[in-house]
Amino acid sequence: MTGILVWAELRDGRPTGVTLELLNKATDLASMQDGAVSAVVIGQEGCRGCAAELIAHGAGRVFVVEDPRLGLYQADVFTTILCRVIAEARPGVVLLGATAIGADLAPSVAARLGTGLTAHCTDLHLEDIDGRRQLVMVVPGWRGSMMVKIVCPERRPVMATVRPGVLEKGTPDPARNGAVVIVPADIREADFRARTLEMVREAEEGGLEQAAVIVSGGFGFYEAGGISLLERLARAVGGVTAGSRPACDAGWIPESRMIGQSGKTVSPKLFISIGASGAPHYTTGFTSASLIVAIDKNPKAPIFDIADFGIVGDLRDIIPALAEVLEAERQSAFSRQRNE
Amino acid sequence: MSINILVCIKQVPDPKQFDRITLDPATGSINRTGIPPVTNPVDRHAVEEALRIREAHGGTVTVLTMGPPQARKCLEDALAMGADRGVLLCDMAFAGADTLATAAVLAVGIRTAGDFELVLCGNESVDGATGQVPSQLAEMLGWPRVTHARKIEIKENGSGALVEREIEGGFLRVEVMLPSVIAVVKRINRYRLPTIFGIMEAGRKEIVEVGCAACERCGLAAEAMGLGGSPTRVAGVFQSHRKRHVEMIGGEPKEAARRLIQKLREMDAL
Repeated sequence: MTGILVWAELRDGRPTGVTLELLNKATDLASMQDGAVSAVVIGQEGCRGCAAELIAHGAGRVFVVEDPRLGLYQADVFTTILCRVIAEARPGVVLLGATAIGADLAPSVAARLGTGLTAHCTDLHLEDIDGRRQLVMVVPGWRGSMMVKIVCPERRPVMATVRPGVLEKGTPDPARNGAVVIVPADIREADFRARTLEMVREAEEGGLEQAAVIVSGGFGFYEAGGISLLERLARAVGGVTAGSRPACDAGWIPESRMIGQSGKTVSPKLFISIGASGAPHYTTGFTSASLIVAIDKNPKAPIFDIADFGIVGDLRDIIPALAEVLEAERQSAFSRQRNE
Repeated sequence: MSINILVCIKQVPDPKQFDRITLDPATGSINRTGIPPVTNPVDRHAVEEALRIREAHGGTVTVLTMGPPQARKCLEDALAMGADRGVLLCDMAFAGADTLATAAVLAVGIRTAGDFELVLCGNESVDGATGQVPSQLAEMLGWPRVTHARKIEIKENGSGALVEREIEGGFLRVEVMLPSVIAVVKRINRYRLPTIFGIMEAGRKEIVEVGCAACERCGLAAEAMGLGGSPTRVAGVFQSHRKRHVEMIGGEPKEAARRLIQKLREMDAL
């Protein structure tokens, strides 16, 4: 059993971001192991169309399973098919994104194969442990207050789900060559003990994972004037709003926009945290942001330990000041344009 | 059509006090003494959902946990909410289990506890936080599953359920046959608090203890339990190190704001 198999999750017919992140990581790991990287796509007829993109991102082989009944995630059937592809490809490692669907599919496959699975990894690397090269899977433990290294010494394949947004995507290389292997779906109606009837989209503001700038509020921002303050700053910097668990528990930020161990992991260009003291289970969600700005009234708050820039003071003064400076800049740029 | 439901719950250290957990860097051992145990928060919603289904369709609600003797407390709390009986899977042989070995013992424990049409779980625990057990439990039972459930509607004839299952940016509408395993998220309901009457009643309800021997009699080898039955191992623990050096910006708010924005512009972040 050698090589790495990546499950390519599709959204609207395209591989998700985390799929490309996994392929990039798998390519790195495989180059050290002299192993092959493969991807597996399960979807409706024509989903083989995404094979070129998977190959450009590092897949040497793409296993494709197409069937008109597989356009939506079908828990039962996807488990059966993925187990079958693993039996055929015999990979040493199987990686999936820790998405709402990946987190459902991976455990059932691991249980059916009787192998080990590690959830929500933030890093994968090879290390000599007990005298052997092993895949080390790093997960935040206790909501991010410490990191735990997990291995799967005996059983194969080693399986892991990896958080979206923590690994690099890498640069696609259209010159890469790869093979497409069509695998028959071979499913019967009786296999659908659970059947997804439809996918319903709910309006969500811009996706956190794609946002270049995120303005995130902790419990403290609400005391200082609440959501309108947060939204004003987000508008001024051209970013989207998010929040910590306490802000979500209190109902000011929807759960879909919660940052941290039990929410989203993001890596924007700029992350501005206001009124959050910086508990590890919150900060673990954005430590890979390029730049972190922290604003809080408590100079001793641990959030300043992980920030690039910090301002201590009353949010009711600082946030409007930031917004006014930016709004004034925009205003003067606008009048200059009109006068030209 | 009455439905017999089993709810898996777990006792965890109080997540509000996780920041009191310390790590001995020399030994890699975790110190969590003094942190009180509580019922895993989302599991209360699973118990609530079971009670609501029982109220609508009739049937029974059994709560089950695997843990040390003091985990009996979370069963008592669920009985006080209104569950009918409890099962405590308790044996040193179960200790140190990863999700696969946990699911194996839970599946056997469920079989010893009776016949059920539905197993409900919280979607994940706050301590392990893997969210893997519900899917793996379904696999061990040979049943279908739906995880991340935010709404469950049992069909009148009891043959199946319609479930809304959360995904990024929306949800899937899923039809699932019974028996099945369904793992719920917090937003599925608001759970009730036990009444004084409920607490008094709970004292009269049965809690059955199941150990390693009973699981072996049901066909689960001792080698498949606990640490020995776990394919994964913890190879080490380390504190995540900060990599940044903060530059504090002082002065009047307006001045600090100007300087911060200037710096962000210089660094091409705005």
